[in-house]
Amino acid sequence: MSARAGAGDAPGSPRARALPVAMALREAGLAAFVMAVLAFPLIGFVLADVSGGVTLRTRFEWVALASAIVFAGRFALAIMPGRVSLPFAPAFAAAGGALSRSGAGRWIGPALAGFALVLPAMPFSDRYIVDLGTSVLIYVMLGWGLNIVVGLAGLLDLGYVAFYAVGAYSFALLALHFDLTFWQCLPLAGVFAAFFGIILGFPVLRLRGDYLAIVTLGFGEIIRMVLLNWQEFTGGPNGLSSIPRPTFLGAPLARSAPEGTTTFHELVAPLMEPVYALFGEEWGFSPMHRIVWLYYIILALALVTNFFTLRIRNLPIGRAWEALREDEIACRSLGINPTNTKLSAFAIGAMFAGFAGSFFAARQGFVSPESFTYIESAVILAIVVLGGMGSQLGVVIAAAFLILIPEFGRDFAQYRMLIFGLAMVLVMIWRPQGLVSGREPSVRLHPEAR
Amino acid sequence: MTPDAVSTRGIDPAAILSVDHLTMRFGGLVAVDDVSFAAREREITSIIGPNGAGKTTVFNCLTGFYKPSVGRLALRHAGGFHLLERMEGFRICKDARIARTFQNIRLFGAMTVLENLLVAQHNRLMVASGFSILGLLGAASYRAAEREAVERARYWLERVGLADRADWEAGNLPYGDQRRLEIARAMCTDPVLLCLDEPAAGLNPRESAALNDLLRFVRDEHGASVLLIEHDMSVVMEISDQIVVLDYGRKIASGSPAQVRADPAVIRAYLGEDDAAGAGASP
Repeated sequence: MSARAGAGDAPGSPRARALPVAMALREAGLAAFVMAVLAFPLIGFVLADVSGGVTLRTRFEWVALASAIVFAGRFALAIMPGRVSLPFAPAFAAAGGALSRSGAGRWIGPALAGFALVLPAMPFSDRYIVDLGTSVLIYVMLGWGLNIVVGLAGLLDLGYVAFYAVGAYSFALLALHFDLTFWQCLPLAGVFAAFFGIILGFPVLRLRGDYLAIVTLGFGEIIRMVLLNWQEFTGGPNGLSSIPRPTFLGAPLARSAPEGTTTFHELVAPLMEPVYALFGEEWGFSPMHRIVWLYYIILALALVTNFFTLRIRNLPIGRAWEALREDEIACRSLGINPTNTKLSAFAIGAMFAGFAGSFFAARQGFVSPESFTYIESAVILAIVVLGGMGSQLGVVIAAAFLILIPEFGRDFAQYRMLIFGLAMVLVMIWRPQGLVSGREPSVRLHPEAR
Repeated sequence: MTPDAVSTRGIDPAAILSVDHLTMRFGGLVAVDDVSFAAREREITSIIGPNGAGKTTVFNCLTGFYKPSVGRLALRHAGGFHLLERMEGFRICKDARIARTFQNIRLFGAMTVLENLLVAQHNRLMVASGFSILGLLGAASYRAAEREAVERARYWLERVGLADRADWEAGNLPYGDQRRLEIARAMCTDPVLLCLDEPAAGLNPRESAALNDLLRFVRDEHGASVLLIEHDMSVVMEISDQIVVLDYGRKIASGSPAQVRADPAVIRAYLGEDDAAGAGASP
């Protein structure tokens, strides 16, 4: 649809006057034509299940209907005098603006963290909710990791999922070949991913912006292709299965443990005596334990990522990253080594993806190249951009938004990605700088004057 | 690079910077052609010349943005002797201690004024933060180093009159303030040689006068030498100890302001063949 459609008018640019009828008709006709062209392949044909096979059925009456609706709507918008925008658009933009100003973000962050902490204990929390929370937190952590590379250092990385894959496969392979546990592999996975971050960093040192994006995109695909084709090492498209689950202080969260180890519910049973006495019944093994344990692991990992990022932003290296984003030539003239600075951003961003990857492998118990396609990189980047580059709170809101929208949109079946796309377009129209924008200085000379 | 390793023969002992036979070619174009001059310690040396004379190219060679085609660029200070044409770009500031500003201002626009000055102290703070490890742990030694860096920044901000705007975004400052901030940022790297590329461009007469005072202060109180490219003759003639005149990539004159003003070659370059009156006025 034409970019000048009513909802496309930014809140600040009112349409001054109504268009004459002839022009309105022309605009409406144009919009209807675009709709018809789009709808012809998308709506015009449908696969029909008839006895003996599948045939293609046409429903051009739907195409005509869609075009007619667009024509009427566009015409109405065009002849309507004054500014046209959806009623909640300014409110939405204002809410984002309020979040961006320093005061509001101060208590929202801790409040969200507190909510995340008690979520599994909430009365409405069932297995589905906690699982969903875990998925959101994985993306929050990935978003925070990528935020270091894209938001702080300004290096547009479209292959971030490669480091996520490196972390996942590092854990899977180390666990399967060397019998290492999740907790032993977690730091190793981070180290491997950081190492790959440096390997990617070297060839792209001289590149910026779109060129960098293309190379990182290629790098992401290289990693995926290697995983897909190196059959004997990575299992190829079949992936790797029976990856061990994270243990609780060495106690597996399972119904029964191998000889010589105690399970989690056996371990905690003595501690729970008073609780059992209170309720008059004993709780044995529950699969929910593992779900909740995984949830808390990723929550802890994500909070560590957040803490680390907030901290390093105020250190010289963090300021150097931001300076590099602003002006690389000026950085060099001030004696900052651009090579080390860039590589450290790549390495640290990749490290957090590695942690998240090894958690992902432990959660699924199975990894395959399927999980590390380009679309994952795109979603993570979308989280960072949508949230507002460099904003930690923005990443949380955007991750929740991007993961929950498709989830709650399941009722719309195949149209849920359409809703997802529409939501993203609307956010970018109303808040092009991201949901939460605005930057808090790392240091102030006059802290009292805020 | 020790003094024994390279010949220091022919270098003026009072010179902090010696440029010898500097030539810079871009394909067939000779932007700088066999230019030699020296900048003496604690002096303000100006490079002037009509547009396109190669002044900024000389700067870019000095500060490592271009590798000269021919020539030797030697810098000597208490910390050692450096051949600039052999150094990696960022080391020219870090080790040779040359700081520069840019003709088109290059501040970190989205960062605050104070942060700009802290970025300039990156190398010192990086060591103090134990390459971020001590800093992440919140070590007291790092916090002290950061406080000291903020104090140094405050000193320069007060000097250039920006202390009350320290927490502004640098990109939001008025033009003249941005120019002065860039000089303050360069001074925060603690340079022995400060290279300024047209610092008075776009300043009003009052701001130009303040700039003169600032450059004298840098020279007299901080013992830094200054290398200056400037078109504004009210600045150049008033504060320069020595002037080098370039035209079409060649050095056509050098000497004190009075000598240069009277030099027939300079008058020709600026005003054409005949008219000799008012050569010292603005070009």
